[in-house]
Amino acid sequence: MSAASRAEAPAFVATTKAGRITDFVDARVGGSGILREFGRKVFPDHWSFMFGEVALYSFVILLLSGTFLTFFFDPSMAETHYAGSYLPMKNVEMSVAYSSSLNISFDIRGGLFMRQVHHWAALLFVASIGVHMLRVFFTGAFRKPREMNWVVGSVLLILAMAAGFTGYSLPDDLLSGNGLRIIDGVIKSIPVVGTYISFFLFGGEFPGTAVIGRLYTLHILLVPALILLMIVLHLFMVVVHKHTQYPGPGRNDGNVVGYPLGPVYAAKAGGFFFIVFGVIALMAAFFTINPIWNYGPYDPSPVSAGTQPDWYIGFVDGALRLMPGVIGNFHFEYVIFGHTLTLNVLLPALVPAGILFTVMFMYPWIESWVTKDTREHHVLDRPRNAPTRTAIGVAGFVWYCVMWAAAGSDLIATNFHVSLNDVTYWLRTLFFVGPIIAFIVAKRVALALQRKDREIALHGRETGRIVRLPHGEFIEVHAPLDEYKRYKLVGFESPAPLPAVPNDHGVVTRKEKRRAFLSRWFFEDRVAPATPAELEAAHGHHGPAVEAAEESKSLSH
Amino acid sequence: MGNHSDGSPNHSGTVATAGQNEVEKFQDPGIPPHRLRLADTDPKAAKRAERQVALLFGVSVVGTLIFLVAYFAIDLGADTSIATIRLQNALLGLGTAFAMLGIGTGIVHWAKALMPDHEVSEERHPIRTEEDRLAAVRIVDDIVEETGIKRRPLIRNTLLGAVALAPLPAIAVFGDLGPRPDQTLAHTMWAPQDGKLKRLTRDPDGTPIKAADVTIGSAFHVIPEGLNELPEGKLNAKAKAVVLLMRLDPASLNPSKGREDWSYNGIVAYSKICTHVGCPVALYEQQTHHLLCPCHQSTFDLTNECKVIFGPASRPLPQLPIAVDAEGYLVATSDFNEPVGPSYWERDEHERSIKS
Repeated sequence: MSAASRAEAPAFVATTKAGRITDFVDARVGGSGILREFGRKVFPDHWSFMFGEVALYSFVILLLSGTFLTFFFDPSMAETHYAGSYLPMKNVEMSVAYSSSLNISFDIRGGLFMRQVHHWAALLFVASIGVHMLRVFFTGAFRKPREMNWVVGSVLLILAMAAGFTGYSLPDDLLSGNGLRIIDGVIKSIPVVGTYISFFLFGGEFPGTAVIGRLYTLHILLVPALILLMIVLHLFMVVVHKHTQYPGPGRNDGNVVGYPLGPVYAAKAGGFFFIVFGVIALMAAFFTINPIWNYGPYDPSPVSAGTQPDWYIGFVDGALRLMPGVIGNFHFEYVIFGHTLTLNVLLPALVPAGILFTVMFMYPWIESWVTKDTREHHVLDRPRNAPTRTAIGVAGFVWYCVMWAAAGSDLIATNFHVSLNDVTYWLRTLFFVGPIIAFIVAKRVALALQRKDREIALHGRETGRIVRLPHGEFIEVHAPLDEYKRYKLVGFESPAPLPAVPNDHGVVTRKEKRRAFLSRWFFEDRVAPATPAELEAAHGHHGPAVEAAEESKSLSH
Repeated sequence: MGNHSDGSPNHSGTVATAGQNEVEKFQDPGIPPHRLRLADTDPKAAKRAERQVALLFGVSVVGTLIFLVAYFAIDLGADTSIATIRLQNALLGLGTAFAMLGIGTGIVHWAKALMPDHEVSEERHPIRTEEDRLAAVRIVDDIVEETGIKRRPLIRNTLLGAVALAPLPAIAVFGDLGPRPDQTLAHTMWAPQDGKLKRLTRDPDGTPIKAADVTIGSAFHVIPEGLNELPEGKLNAKAKAVVLLMRLDPASLNPSKGREDWSYNGIVAYSKICTHVGCPVALYEQQTHHLLCPCHQSTFDLTNECKVIFGPASRPLPQLPIAVDAEGYLVATSDFNEPVGPSYWERDEHERSIKS
């Protein structure tokens, strides 16, 4: 190595041009160590690892298209009269922000395309983060040593929603203005400081003339900078931990099996950026998003029916809709010590989102406390092999979806010709019952899938071939799995409940009892992986059929 | 990495660890043998894949050209129609999509069909070594020891106090983001000015409404007289002052004590700002006399002083007391008797000060 860095006696001469350039750069700034570390770094491959990449690439596209938009957008709320080329708005009184948004759409070549790319990429950004987190949750990828990266990812989800929300309001159109007014109403419901926060955010009364400019600063400076910082942290930890891998033959917690970064993985991942960009471009070309010219400038008086926020804010809006303001004669708004407490707004705005995010942030520690599992995990769980976790995840997901659906309760009612009130009553019921049903169903499905895996591992897969045995019995031939496929079905852990154990003083604390209770709840229903002895026994039982199948298999090769 | 094509799992470069401690578990058979692709064995297939990749890159070139043509050939003049903009948008998008998807699918196809696809195994290294850990812990201990912070609690405590207080200016400096709320939310433009009652005028043109023009079953969107002439703060004033005006059969109204003279001949005026979170309550169901907020579906019963009958709102819509002036136009006899719009912490205080 030291010989190579001395100019007079290079031990190794690069054969390709790229290699020579690398050598040139390296001789001046160093970095061969980095290349040596990363050039052939192994990455496991699976389609479900793609969602995080989609999120990353969407963010890059957001930065590119967003920068273009800033060159033409003017966040001023000063009044102006529209003078651009969109005739229906000619001479209409509006804010400069709305007017410049219309100009981007109608008078700047490619401006509408950039707006559409930006909005679609934003929707995709939050969506892909959400799906990526579901993948991480259901496969147990958040376990040690990746708990902190799970937290960073959760922060990224919140930041992505903040970025989306601050951007959504910028065009100052009627729809986003009403959205902002809802936010103002929610802020005002905060006890003690709500009114002040509202006045400080809007620079006085709603809507004022300050908020768009302030949101703009947050949207193009503070929030993206934080997102960038979090992405750097997130990826840094991915490098430190190396990527997780799905269970399978040859994969264990001590290794990482996959393709080397250069060239295969880099080519696939790099190529994928262009595919994401291409797909977003297609959506921007053919599907209109946020046609602000149809909504008109913001005016506190009109509102269009069927108002919907962008999808990721939907669950909060839905929770607001589900909460009854009055039950019988009980009003959720009342006066305490001469002050107004408006729980019908405060509770739905804060509690469900608060529960979701608190559980999300704490889940890695909750689970490791219950299971007492402090080992490092680099091999993922197939969701079925962790039935209780999967059920918890599905229950949370269903809860989220009920609230999300509630944000479209009026559209459900009009499209399916049912009563709006009934839709709301049903969704209110589902808000409480839905997660419970989802938990039970998901857990049973996971256990059933485990049993099916066991069945296949022990008795082979069904071939659909019916054979008549010499003594007249008909059987379906089962083809045994090869050892690699079988290992995928049997190579998992199935922990048993951990009973409460006394601490150093010989006392079983109440906390420990609670832990033991949760541990039983977590692991009492379990399907153990098939063992070689069981396979042996199964073979003895199905001897002739299995042999026949093996014969047919060797013939087909 | 070894030779993967011989099918022997023993050469797959991984050590089976499962079953080391537990009895009766399946042994990890190692990485499955590498299976050759068509392009690995058949030079023709490889050549074909090469041409496909090149073709996809060619598609990308075509996409870039489409974009450039659409950008320069379609000019957005002063009188562009929506159709032209749609066409340009579609072509720019299509061009970009071809340009990007061509490169993307080309590279991925290249990687999947032609680049080596041997799975390789790499050892994971522990995140830290025990030696590093010990050294690091010792360094931290030494640093803490050398500062003497444990032996000198006076320094530690004053530092903690100073650091805890230091961010206060950073919070205080935002104090001028907005004015103090004071009583602004308690009042609207409807308060009579210099003893002159404000007329109810149509939104948005501001023409006054004659009581005789309000037929039974009709509804008007109303703003106060003079709103459109405000030199500034028009939207702020409008955000609180908008009103819905409807006429019902006087017999179907059930005014409570003290509110009997707030309506005129079955004509009633209510704040249009929802008491939930402030959306305009814009939907009037003529048959049922219900007002519905399109944002969160709060429903108010007009025949019952806009009491909440469904949805998340908890308070009735505030009523604007109205009468008719000498020329037959509808006027507001006073401001609202309570703050309009969504609730806030000081609301009750404001309501009491209005009423007193």
